[in-house]
Amino acid sequence: MDILLAIAIMALGAVVLGAALGFASIKFKVEGDPLVEKIDAILPQTQCGQCGFPGCKPYAEAIAKGEVDINLCPPGGMEGVQRLADLLGREVKPLEAEEKPKQVARIDENTCIGCTLCIQACPVDAIVGAAKQMHTIIAQQCTGCELCLPPCPVECIHMEVIPETLENWKWKYPVVAIQPVAARPSAKEAA
Amino acid sequence: MLAKLFKFYGGVKPPSNKTLSNQQPIRPAPLPSRLVVPLHQHIGGTPRPLVQAGDPVLKGQKIGEADGWISAAVHAPTSGTVVEVAMHVRPHVSGLESLCVVIEPDGKDEWITHGPADRAAMSPADICQFLQEHGIVGLGGAGFPTHGKLKATPGVPMAELIINAAECEPYITCDDLLMRERADDVVRGIAVFRDMLQPTQVIIGVEDNKPEAIAAMQKAVEAQGEAFAVVPVPTLYPAGGAKQLIRVLTGKEVPGAMRSTADMGVQVFNVGTAYAAWRAIGHGEPLISRIVTLTGNVRGAGNVEALIGTPMDELLKLAEPNPDTDGIIMGGPMMGFLVPNEHAPIVKTSNCLIAHSERLFPPKAPEMPCIRCGACARACPHELQPFELYWHARAKDFGKTQQYHIFDCIECGCCAYVCPSRIPLVQYFRFAKSEIWAREKEKKAADEAKQRFEFKQFREEREKAEKAEKLAKAAAAQAAKKAAEAAAASEAPATEQPAEAAADPAEAAKKAAIAAAMARAKAQREAAQPKNTDELTPEQAREMAEIEARRQQAGIVPEPADAQPATTETKPE
Ligand code: SF4
Ligand code: SF4
Ligand code: SF4
Ligand code: SF4
Repeated sequence: MDILLAIAIMALGAVVLGAALGFASIKFKVEGDPLVEKIDAILPQTQCGQCGFPGCKPYAEAIAKGEVDINLCPPGGMEGVQRLADLLGREVKPLEAEEKPKQVARIDENTCIGCTLCIQACPVDAIVGAAKQMHTIIAQQCTGCELCLPPCPVECIHMEVIPETLENWKWKYPVVAIQPVAARPSAKEAA
Repeated sequence: MLAKLFKFYGGVKPPSNKTLSNQQPIRPAPLPSRLVVPLHQHIGGTPRPLVQAGDPVLKGQKIGEADGWISAAVHAPTSGTVVEVAMHVRPHVSGLESLCVVIEPDGKDEWITHGPADRAAMSPADICQFLQEHGIVGLGGAGFPTHGKLKATPGVPMAELIINAAECEPYITCDDLLMRERADDVVRGIAVFRDMLQPTQVIIGVEDNKPEAIAAMQKAVEAQGEAFAVVPVPTLYPAGGAKQLIRVLTGKEVPGAMRSTADMGVQVFNVGTAYAAWRAIGHGEPLISRIVTLTGNVRGAGNVEALIGTPMDELLKLAEPNPDTDGIIMGGPMMGFLVPNEHAPIVKTSNCLIAHSERLFPPKAPEMPCIRCGACARACPHELQPFELYWHARAKDFGKTQQYHIFDCIECGCCAYVCPSRIPLVQYFRFAKSEIWAREKEKKAADEAKQRFEFKQFREEREKAEKAEKLAKAAAAQAAKKAAEAAAASEAPATEQPAEAAADPAEAAKKAAIAAAMARAKAQREAAQPKNTDELTPEQAREMAEIEARRQQAGIVPEPADAQPATTETKPE
């Protein structure tokens, strides 16, 4: 009798707790994978595919699964690698490719034949134009991914480095004067 | 008079060096050979130029139109001819250029017709507009357009109007001289602000090391029968910081995150701004000149009234700099900076030029590690912990610097002044702040790019689905037709083939068109600078017509498949 009662109580407990857990898993469901979201937030969203993935999100997913290195995104630069390393607790590695200054694409409007091929290539819809009309790039929306360069049949798109202006000027990191060791004899004694 | 003054936390007492330049009366500066007037001299939108090279201008003529509400007009400082509207170096630490109007004076200094404002007939909004049109901006520090501050926050009664005449930075004496010589106009300007804001009291805070200015102001206030309180405040840097002055005069603590002090019923204006506002309202004169202290390593230190746009090196010559002068500091020694290019012009916010020399400002001994002595934290008027900020800014851990309230730092330099390790703390803080701003901008751009990318993907999916649906419908129709034809029991075999065959020549024609275009563009590129299509050779025109005809034949033109993305681009749904 006692045994049955105990079993009944345990069963009841199991049902109640199970229901609570089930409810919580529906109520507090997390949309998407939070780690992927966090990694994606660090990636520059240039969508250039230089990492070997078709966009930043797929690369973020691959990083989250631990399949790839964190140093494959050139637009993110060393700083991006550093921040990914901080987030994931992985080792900082030098960037696979060379770091480039920020650029925007520009269409030579005299040469453009209006083929619309670049519009289809641009991942962020930063190009406006229509068939057989001159095309142009909205500089503010261009991420500098260079994906529009290869499809252009007349090679009229080129990249331009964004110049430094008073609007985007930044204070530099204070330079620490490096002293020759000989100038500090006491350093040796201290060491 | 006020019963009690309060104290703010921290602060330092650097040698004031003010007697150097406050002994002589204000001199008018002679007309310079050339005036370079930057259009962007204040916080907010960049004014649009109204003149072109070759235009004659009169003194006080508007040459830049305010762009938006937080912006102010710019005027020609003297009569003459506009030489160019071009990029010229700005008095900025970066040494970068911005759009300037360059004027060659004709020596006549001929005014445009101007006159006082009819205040009785003007609403407060009209007065704000009038001040904006006359280019009045704050002359004390950042240059915030004055009209933007002349409105109480709705629901918050304006308790105190504070006039900042503390002038706490060493060397600078332009406000001191202004009050000694032109106190009447200053008081009239303050009365304008008082009428606009309707505060319960008006307090003029002057550091107690300027007894002559205090006496002159008291006399002017009495003469005009005003009830303004002229209050001497203890000399302690940075008593002239807005938050510090509010604290000293009213005891009110301004919360770090507060954007405008009007939200707590206090508004602060610089004395120079009050004077400029009166010159505009009482005389119709726009802001085209200001008083500048010339001091430092010079023989004839003093204050001059200089036209906006006067090159700094030319102006400093008036004070006869010593031969070992090797640079110009704009602003005071605490918050100013060494200008990278000495031809940069005086702007509305240039209060002081200090001739720099190694004798006066010996190079700092090398920086040593932080010993966590806490001297900086005791000196910081904002009760921050500079050594923690420094540590995190140095490590580029910007999230942490924000946790330690880096944006409350006013860059006053007290911490760096007392640091025994001579760490350039403020430089680290500026670096961290601008890095945080840049990152925020980048983050916003990245988010936008992501949104656009996701939308494009969604749109492509949708187009694919729509196409598939169309094809399915067509196939169904085809099948139905076929079935009907089969039912008619006649020759039904090859209805599909022609369709396929039609697709092929279409493809081929398209390829040919692109190949022809490539060849044409290549020829164009090679032939020097390509022209537009209206200057084609007859041969090219013929070729184009041919391609056109071929395209028409192939049926590409009526419904160009590749134009679809373009149309969706221009018509976002
Ligand atoms: S290389 Fe970087 S920016 Fe380019 S797609 Fe990959 S993650 Fe995005
Ligand atoms: S315009 Fe070109 S470079 Fe710029 S985002 Fe689009 S495809 Fe990339
Ligand atoms: S004053 Fe200088 S040495 Fe002392 S704690 Fe501050 S930063 Fe460190
Ligand atoms: S510069 Fe900033 S941290 Fe340093 S004392 Fe001034 S407010 Fe404090």
